[in-house]
Amino acid sequence: MRHVWTLTLFRLRLAMRNRAFLVFGIIIPLIFLFLFSAVFASKGGPAVAYVLASVLAMSVMGSFWGLSQQLVIFREQGILRRFRLAPLGPGTMLVSSIISNLILMVPGIAAEIAVAHWMLHMDALGNLLSVFVLSALGAVTFATLGLVVASVANSMMETQVINQLLWLSFLLLSGVAIPLPSLPIWLQKVALYLPATYLVTGLERALIEFVPLNHLGAELASLGGSSVLAFFVCQQIFRWEPEEKMPRQAKLWVAAALVPFLLLGAWETKQGGRLSEARSILHSTFAERPAQRSAPAAPPAQPNQP
Amino acid sequence: MSKAIIEVRDLTKKYGDVEALRGVSFQIDEGEIFGLLGPNGAGKTTTIEILEGMRTADGGTASVSGFDPQKGSAQFKRSVGAVLQSTSLPDKIRVDEALSLFAQLYGTRADRTGLLSRFGLQEKRHAFYGKLSGGQKQRLAIALALVHEPRVVFLDEPTAGLDPQVRREIYDIIEELRRQKKTVLLTTHYIEEAERLCDRVAIIDHGNVIAMDTPRELKQRSAGTTRIEVSLAKPVEAAELRALEGVADCRTVDGRTVLHSTRPPQTIVALVKHLEAHGNELQSLEIAAPSLEDVFIELTGRRLRE
Ligand SMILES: Nc1ncnc2c1ncn2[C@@H]1O[C@H](COP(=O)(O)OP(=O)(O)O)[C@@H](O)[C@H]1O
Ligand SMILES: [Mg+2]
Repeated sequence: MRHVWTLTLFRLRLAMRNRAFLVFGIIIPLIFLFLFSAVFASKGGPAVAYVLASVLAMSVMGSFWGLSQQLVIFREQGILRRFRLAPLGPGTMLVSSIISNLILMVPGIAAEIAVAHWMLHMDALGNLLSVFVLSALGAVTFATLGLVVASVANSMMETQVINQLLWLSFLLLSGVAIPLPSLPIWLQKVALYLPATYLVTGLERALIEFVPLNHLGAELASLGGSSVLAFFVCQQIFRWEPEEKMPRQAKLWVAAALVPFLLLGAWETKQGGRLSEARSILHSTFAERPAQRSAPAAPPAQPNQP
Repeated sequence: MSKAIIEVRDLTKKYGDVEALRGVSFQIDEGEIFGLLGPNGAGKTTTIEILEGMRTADGGTASVSGFDPQKGSAQFKRSVGAVLQSTSLPDKIRVDEALSLFAQLYGTRADRTGLLSRFGLQEKRHAFYGKLSGGQKQRLAIALALVHEPRVVFLDEPTAGLDPQVRREIYDIIEELRRQKKTVLLTTHYIEEAERLCDRVAIIDHGNVIAMDTPRELKQRSAGTTRIEVSLAKPVEAAELRALEGVADCRTVDGRTVLHSTRPPQTIVALVKHLEAHGNELQSLEIAAPSLEDVFIELTGRRLRE
């Protein structure tokens, strides 16, 4: 673990030289922010905050694209095996990519909030501490998830397929692209099993209802719990070598990691509070208008941000 | 005699049905330059990567500077340096950054200027890895293998695919390692390289060490003979030609007839007469001084390079 910082700096340096970081980390989310708010929040105010919650969530969730691709490229090009010769373990490789992703996330998130506040007239900033903590934790969660994807997939092709599927389900089911309350009720229930949903509803609550950290227990537990689990799994199934395939036992780890989500989802289903709160936020935000919002469900064409 | 720093006993390794190693044994003394010479697929990379701790053997034992490579301890990793056959670095890392990155990972302060000038990379020190030529990449790879001043250096086909000029530069680097009393294990399928650089050579074929000695001793096996390679208009039984004057050995390799003769002029005259008498014709003829190639042909009936 001594070398985490050395590797983090190395990764940051590579990212700064990669145009994809600028494009997918900063420019595209800002374009979405302008676009959505022009359509759904032309009057400014809380509607902008609602749009901002979606855009922030999208930026944060994008972490898994970048990290899964980077790990697969490093493995397939034999870069990982060069590092394997040095005295460092898988944990160092993995943690350094999670940390560098977290650092790279900051300018994008800050830019989105700044633009919403100063250019799009979102006057009330919400509970900024909650927003930052949720975004940071979310970035860790989704980055780690990307690292799991990279080790589950045996090739770049497989990685892209899995990423597309995950990205679509996150966008469509978590409330990012379509507000949760406008989904059929059974789909809303499915959404309760996804960490993405907790990120989005958490950001909405923090931005619109000023919910402080100590009332975001379920969100923090869901995101934190999934980070820890996904990190455990990605360490178990990490592979240095391009030829190595995922061992069968590793698939069990992945399956085991899903159990807590099932439990949390079941618990939330029973409670029922989250879905009704999402509904009330939506209605109060867009009080004068029918709640309809649609957003591009298409994934970024070639997100490559490290 | 000095004590063995690398000891390999009865290594076996299977990939599915492929028996890559069938009981490989050898010992290397401290300060020795030891070559593994064999054709593609002989098991050279498998052997050297087991010693680097990159692959696990199915059977047998290996020890490198007193460590078990499979355990991969940090101390072991610090005592060895390696150039891998298949590896790379990210395209967007600069030469001097790569050197200081790996020096940091090994916890040493590399003499970067010294390394850069020793490997002729001063002018390229700010160049991106992706922009380097094959020879420059290889010299950087060797420099990276040496940043932490290891006692044992592994070089897997260090000159494969490089042009003769660059190959000679790499020979000079290896000669310098000899002067520094480093222990070097190198693999190659170039006869010339093994003869010129190695104190001792193990010839490896189909996962077996079929001969091991100094290049001079190995060549003594075909002592006093000269290789005469001919192609004939009509195929001839090798046994038929063994009776000719001066012929010590004769066999057919890849459709050509290879004779080893103690008295080349007489043999050639006898051969031509014999062919005329049988209505056959000489299409080409080559004479070569004995080399390790002959040893390989004698032992396996095949040429080293396909
Ligand atoms: N990762 C692998 N998976 C399957 N077969 C392999 C692998 N690595 C090597 N082999 C096979 O093992 C044999 C020895 O390969 P290798 O050690 O690379 O030989 P060399 O380095 O002498 O060319 C070859 O038949 C090769 O195809
Ligand atoms: Mg090889």
